[in-house]
Amino acid sequence: MRVAIASTSNTLDARICEHFGRCDYFIIYDTESKAIEYIPNPYKYDDYDAGIKSVELVTTRNISKIISGEFGLKIKPMLDKLKIQLIVVKDHNKKISNIIELLNQ
Amino acid sequence: MSRQKRILRKVSNLPIIKGFKPYGISFDENREGIKLLYEEYEALRLCDYELLNHHQASIMMGVSRPTFTRIYATALQKIAKAFVEGKQISIEGGKVYFDSDWYHCQKCGCYFNNPLKDQKVEGCPLCKNFNIEKYENNNIDNHI
Repeated sequence: MRVAIASTSNTLDARICEHFGRCDYFIIYDTESKAIEYIPNPYKYDDYDAGIKSVELVTTRNISKIISGEFGLKIKPMLDKLKIQLIVVKDHNKKISNIIELLNQ
Repeated sequence: MSRQKRILRKVSNLPIIKGFKPYGISFDENREGIKLLYEEYEALRLCDYELLNHHQASIMMGVSRPTFTRIYATALQKIAKAFVEGKQISIEGGKVYFDSDWYHCQKCGCYFNNPLKDQKVEGCPLCKNFNIEKYENNNIDNHI
């Protein structure tokens, strides 16, 4: 199973990003092979629809869950249709490595 | 005799448009349009767009099958009326709440939803803890 995490930088010490569409990096984590892929977010400074474009980008990696600090309103219907689960982590001090540990439990 | 209290109907998402305007006739903004309720829009979407049967769709909206069929029938009647009489359709109102089915994990504090509606949520997707509760605060009660 693959999970996309919105991150503030491209290390495992980075914190979870508060805004999915405008995060610095998307981290794609594969829970089976433990592979980690960092994708820089090309839509970070887009004026509009950054969330929708980001969803289109991460869904090319065949993910089934997205973890972020917050989500925008527009992507919820999209993710419902694609049957992707949203996980909102309110604790913004959580590091990416903490989240990956939790996923591996 | 007072009407029986309506239960809230579950609508998964708001429509992306507010309504339809006819063209080809001289259009008068002040002419009375047809109000299609959110639950009627949802019934039409589930039945004819998602191609569910009335029984499955009624479960999605949290109402009984006969109630669902009634909502669906009024939706079709309203649309037919608007088509035939060349009236504007506006999608608004209704006794609905927006389905989000959010859950809150007591252990790691995360919130998550359940995109596979036909399967029950078993535990937190993050920490695999079973101590989860349904998060109700974001339900919107949209009365007419």
